[in-house]
Amino acid sequence: MAQRLLMKGNEAVAEAAIRAGCRHFYGYPITPQTEVAAYMSKRMPKVGGLFLQAESEIGAINMVMGSAAAGKRTMTSSSSPGISLKTEGISFLAGSDLPAVILNIQRAGPGLGGIQPSQADYNQAVKAAGHGDFKMLVFTPATVQEMCDCVFTVFDLTDKYRMPGMLLCDGLLGQMMEPVVFPEPVEGLPAKPWAVNGHRNARPGNLVNSLYLHPEALEARVRERFEMYKTIEETETQAECFMTEDAEIVVVAYGACARIARSAVTAAREAGIKAGLFRPITVWPYPKRELTGAAKTAKAVLTVEMSMGQMVEDVRAALEYKKPVEFFGRTGGVVPTPAGVLGEITRMAKGEWL
Amino acid sequence: MLTKFSKALAVTGHYGSGKTNLSINLALALKAEDRKVVLADLDVVNPYFVTADFKELAASAGIDLIAPAFAGTSLDSPSLTGELGGQLGSGATVMIDAGGDAEGCYALGSYAPRIREAPYDMLFVVNFFRYLTGTPEQAAEYMKEIETASRLKVSGIVNNSNLSYQTGVEDVLQSIQKAEQLARLTGRPLLFTSVERGLAGKLGETGQAILPIDVYVKTPW
Repeated sequence: MAQRLLMKGNEAVAEAAIRAGCRHFYGYPITPQTEVAAYMSKRMPKVGGLFLQAESEIGAINMVMGSAAAGKRTMTSSSSPGISLKTEGISFLAGSDLPAVILNIQRAGPGLGGIQPSQADYNQAVKAAGHGDFKMLVFTPATVQEMCDCVFTVFDLTDKYRMPGMLLCDGLLGQMMEPVVFPEPVEGLPAKPWAVNGHRNARPGNLVNSLYLHPEALEARVRERFEMYKTIEETETQAECFMTEDAEIVVVAYGACARIARSAVTAAREAGIKAGLFRPITVWPYPKRELTGAAKTAKAVLTVEMSMGQMVEDVRAALEYKKPVEFFGRTGGVVPTPAGVLGEITRMAKGEWL
Repeated sequence: MLTKFSKALAVTGHYGSGKTNLSINLALALKAEDRKVVLADLDVVNPYFVTADFKELAASAGIDLIAPAFAGTSLDSPSLTGELGGQLGSGATVMIDAGGDAEGCYALGSYAPRIREAPYDMLFVVNFFRYLTGTPEQAAEYMKEIETASRLKVSGIVNNSNLSYQTGVEDVLQSIQKAEQLARLTGRPLLFTSVERGLAGKLGETGQAILPIDVYVKTPW
């Protein structure tokens, strides 16, 4: 049996990235993400990799762009305010068709906000991780083990589609300790014949660029990407259903919040309420078909987030505004309780929706 | 197994070894022995899941809790109050939950001259399921780093090996063997193995000192 270890989310995700073939990490400390950089600084030199503490988050994301252009599996991590600084670079990655992984261990905002956990960067990650027409793969693991597993998937998919991908986590997941079993290290990374290589083979060389001199050429390239996004939306969605088969109240939550919601759903079932949980694992692409299926028997849907309600708009859209979709959340670094969620389920089970 | 502890008791170890949860258990147990107990949280490294989260529990048990000045707030400014210095040598049993790692023990080191004025105990808590203390050799290395940073000597080892909710009987039994090896390597006694109360009941006769403990450091679900 593979070795089980007790790991902090932030350490585990860093170790998993190394096992997934990442040898270039550029970061900058910020609570509650700092252990990712700290772990990388200890481990990377031992595996022949590079850890570099950049002068800022902006420096780090641009270094990521350099390593990605050279065809290396590369990653950066930060927490909310630091991710805002990286958004220009994320747009440049997308515009240059470069794969890279960005980890956000969310804390409360806006502004400096606070260091407690939050999910208020959902819209930023899913709708506008930078300027321009583009999408980014966004995974939302709910356990330390899943953080590890998702890192492998995100690296593979970003390479496959040549686009940036994000692991959208929260401070709770980053800071908590759980048992993990690491997947075996990846051997033989995919070839990247498009990467820049200092012209060690013949010209004409590869060009990595996001500037287009003619609007028609830019439009054509963006349209090509959007055709690819359509394929991704059809093939790469992931979600988990818990007791949704006959559920009258379906709770939708992701990340650490989904674990709180799951406790509430279990308690509701014990009280005789037909409740279920739908947990998106990808939030772009959003698992619309899976949600529609899970909500088939639902009279009403409750979305729970550590924010003022961001994913709830995607839930309403996915269900085509045909079912009542309510929202329950806490923000500012306050974590919702299972009792709070149960209270909402109980009210809605009586047929009361707002 | 607790009555012998000195009036200054520091709890150290790799972060994730379970210092905070063990400290709360020990503080409550010492309080039950009719001692005046002061529990000081010196963890200025971790932002969440720290002793400072247990203000209410400590207050209801009659334990004085000293926490970093801004613990539980968003002010990411590691700073300690002057209270701890005043409590050392006051006659109370002062338990210090040191921060994680050698880095966290520098704060403890600043109190070392005061602590050394009287007999003291320093526990080294080890969890062999943590990634940097998986073997007795690695744990021994860690112990050395902690002693250097804290400028104090470890007086005993506490085996707190666990895999959170996945811990099984076999896991505990195997960890005891590693803990005994660590004791031989370092020449420090293995004081006891702390085990979650429910699981402790399933261990059977181990011939070892087992301290059943409760889990106070919990997730929100």
